[in-house]
Amino acid sequence: MLEAGPIEYTLQGFVAMKTARRPLLLIAPSLVFLTALFAWPLIFGIGQAFTGTGGPTAAHFQRMLDDPYFWPAARNTALLIVVLIPLQFAFALTMALLLRERPRFSGFYFYLWVVPLAISDLAAGLVWLAVFTDRGYLNSVLSSLGFDGYSFLSHENPASMFIAVVIAELWRATSLVLVIIVAGLQGIPKDYDEAAEVFGASYWQRLRHVILPQLRPSLQVALILRTILALETFAVAQALTGRNMPLLVGETYQWYDFLQNPSVAAAIALMILTVSLLAAAGYLRLMRDQTGSPR
Amino acid sequence: MTQRVNRRTLLGAGLTVLAAPALAACSGVSTSGTGGEGSVDFLSTQFLPVEERQRFEKILADHVKAAKVGFNPVDASVFATTVQSQVDANQVKISLLGGLHGDLAPHKDRLIDLDDLAKGLTDRQFPADLLELGKFGGSTQKYIPWMQATYVLAINKAALQWLPSGADPQNLTYEQLLAWAKAGRTGNGGKPIFGFPAGPKGLYHRFFQGFLLPSFTGGQITTFRSPEATTAWQYMKDLWAQTAPASTNYDFMQEPLERGEVMIGFDHVARLVNAPKPKPDDWLMVPAPKGPKGLGYMIVIGGLAIPKGAPEPDKAKEVIKSLTQANVQVEVLRANAFFPVAKADLPGDLSKPIALEAAAVKAQQGAQGTIVSLPPVGLGAKDGEVAQIFKNCFKEICLDGKPVQQVLDAQAVKLNAILDEVKVSCWKPDPLSTPCRVL
Amino acid sequence: MRRFALQVFCVAISLFMAAPIYLITLAAFSSRESLNEFPLPLVPTDPSTETLSGFLSSTGVIAGGVNSLMVGLNTVVLALLIGLPAGYAVARYAFRGRQPYQLFLLLTRALPIVVLSVPLARIFLTTGLYDTTYAVTLLHTALALPTTVLITAAVFVAVSPEQEEAAQIFGASPVQAFVRIVMPQALPGIAAAAVFTFVMSWNEVLGAAILTLNQRTLPAQVLSTLSFSPLAYRFAGGFALVVPALLFIAIMRKYLLNMWGTTLK
Repeated sequence: MLEAGPIEYTLQGFVAMKTARRPLLLIAPSLVFLTALFAWPLIFGIGQAFTGTGGPTAAHFQRMLDDPYFWPAARNTALLIVVLIPLQFAFALTMALLLRERPRFSGFYFYLWVVPLAISDLAAGLVWLAVFTDRGYLNSVLSSLGFDGYSFLSHENPASMFIAVVIAELWRATSLVLVIIVAGLQGIPKDYDEAAEVFGASYWQRLRHVILPQLRPSLQVALILRTILALETFAVAQALTGRNMPLLVGETYQWYDFLQNPSVAAAIALMILTVSLLAAAGYLRLMRDQTGSPR
Repeated sequence: MTQRVNRRTLLGAGLTVLAAPALAACSGVSTSGTGGEGSVDFLSTQFLPVEERQRFEKILADHVKAAKVGFNPVDASVFATTVQSQVDANQVKISLLGGLHGDLAPHKDRLIDLDDLAKGLTDRQFPADLLELGKFGGSTQKYIPWMQATYVLAINKAALQWLPSGADPQNLTYEQLLAWAKAGRTGNGGKPIFGFPAGPKGLYHRFFQGFLLPSFTGGQITTFRSPEATTAWQYMKDLWAQTAPASTNYDFMQEPLERGEVMIGFDHVARLVNAPKPKPDDWLMVPAPKGPKGLGYMIVIGGLAIPKGAPEPDKAKEVIKSLTQANVQVEVLRANAFFPVAKADLPGDLSKPIALEAAAVKAQQGAQGTIVSLPPVGLGAKDGEVAQIFKNCFKEICLDGKPVQQVLDAQAVKLNAILDEVKVSCWKPDPLSTPCRVL
Repeated sequence: MRRFALQVFCVAISLFMAAPIYLITLAAFSSRESLNEFPLPLVPTDPSTETLSGFLSSTGVIAGGVNSLMVGLNTVVLALLIGLPAGYAVARYAFRGRQPYQLFLLLTRALPIVVLSVPLARIFLTTGLYDTTYAVTLLHTALALPTTVLITAAVFVAVSPEQEEAAQIFGASPVQAFVRIVMPQALPGIAAAAVFTFVMSWNEVLGAAILTLNQRTLPAQVLSTLSFSPLAYRFAGGFALVVPALLFIAIMRKYLLNMWGTTLK
């Protein structure tokens, strides 16, 4: 079913010569390891989600669906992914193309722009809280410019709350996409681009017809990684908005931590897992349809 | 002592860099100052903030001589996971548990009986109802009371200019509080002056469970959807309209109060104590308001327990004995604003913020027509879900603006479903009928 | 003119990326009183190391740092030991089950740790690994393994198979060919994967907090307590965790591109 993986396009010919058993030996340790540490707890979790005091039950899922926070959480998570990922890719692409022009200090710029790669989501949440909180730095700037302060993170202003989370996530998580794209750009020979320029193609035409098609594999890797990671986002949103803007993974923690109901927590986690599975499979399928294009 | 540990660990740090592979043979460096044979591992949900932890560790070092105690304050969820997994796997590393009643309740079957210890501590003169609470509705003592607290109002004196005429801050009614919040907001250029901790880690559900509803209805569970409860929630809706909307981001009221974002705040005493610290003379601490049925207030109880299979149960009991001594209890009050459960005379030289709180707590206890509430008794792991019912009422009534009666009826069904599962008798202030249900 | 516009864009983006780091630094070095002022000053007016030193002197920070370092280094070693062969296999062989395998790798990242925590803690308790840095190392290795495999696969793909084949034709064993020909070329990319793994381990909190009691890692020791601490401490803690990030990236910058840089060649 899932034909083409992120690495598929790189293999040609060489593979046929190798014996069939060796790769399985090579991946065996990682399979054993991950099965022990993930699959077993996962099976335990599935068991938890589907069993109640009196045998198998769907009650935990019913409970999950009845909770007033569940649907807002699902909606926010979907909305965040739909808004954030295109923005993030546009932002990363802009940064990468700027760097490609080799401005002065490009080494320094690159350093600064990828720093968030090493910052934990909890720390990033704290950092942005200092900016957006009612008496934080943003309102300080506004008030010294003579404007009234604004409660960005209040539940009364869902739009500004959402925007604040998007900005913080854009800051925190774009660097991964940037690194992948910059790396991909380095692999594109300049000749094509220059040839197109000689034939009078405008910058946009070159971007559209020369650079982007060649970047596709990098973009695809970044897309899969970011979508799965975006589904997991919650620490930043929680630091900024508390439960005013619930997200699915945050709800898992809520059910587990505060409500001490691991069954419902496991039910939500399984939902997330299913969506991740569908997203990854969807992307892989998309990729297979397009790998026919020339590289 | 710490000095030596630090130097040793510093050396360890140097070695790590030089010889990482060699260190792979070492299972880790202790971060709680213990871990050796015979020390008592103390897992607690209290005193998590950095400074509180440091002050409590000092009390342990100064006053607990029976054993070396490694104090590990953790988040309530980590506490629950750790206790559950250790006891269920029969591999217990912790000898002593410290937590609020609600933290310990889910683990009542994982705790050893402490009847003998309780008998030996009669000179501490714990109040009888606190000891009763420590049995979780059963017949044996599961935890020994450790400390207690309640909730009061902190008021910045600057807000007094808008106090409605005829109102006495020490003796407020809910109607006066609403009028005050309204007048203050108008006087403050439209910015609300009242706030309460409705953030994700805030304790606002206790406001509904232990203050608002008992004051209006005289009960907590049985009267959940009575006509009086409808009035109470209608009042809450009006009060919320005059409350700082940022309240849904407040976990601890002392911070917005200290920053001056709000001037009147309701919270747990330990979460208000820092507000008056910089300028104690600018502040008042007063009892919670009165409602039609009286002054409802809730007490918060912390307890000490020993898990089944604990490696050092006898030493842990000695630590409990030390921590319940009157002088140690007063030290905890001085340091971290939790009040004694053992009979202890409060000294006259308390710091100003603590003295303010002590006076407010005393006034609250001694007021006329009090209705004392306990945190839910015997709910075990369902404690959090019951609290969530009250939070959901707030969300749907105040934030989403749904009709009060409709919300209460819907939530009452869910509340009863949880209560039917656990089948416990009611707790104060509801009549002690079995099983506890919304009428 | 065009150069100028380029610099304007670059500076604008840099300001966006740097501003939060500057502000958290400013907040971390402010006294508690000045954090309560409004509007907050945007330049240091009253520098103070009071909260920062209070934060750093709390129990177990140094010991926690040592544990974090140990967990991080051991995780790197273990993840590479297990991940390198798998990455090589994914890069070099088209075998049945490769797609499901890659999907399996990615999906292990999609499960919240909180759901795994109780069964995991139970496994470690019964095996006697609970409250050791080994337990945390094992968990972090499991968390890092998917990215390690994917990154190293990308790295190995870049090393031309022809050279490796040639070496084998001239009599080198597969292992010799790998060590002599492939490893030297793949090393920068592997270094990047290693730093990436280390950073992930350094930042992980929840699992570390559940699997240990007395042998905490640094973030588990402090980060989990931050949300209960006064604002000044939260800023100091945020700052203390941003500094290592600045260092890691400075070290890793050179290799960063090797990590993904070779997917296309």
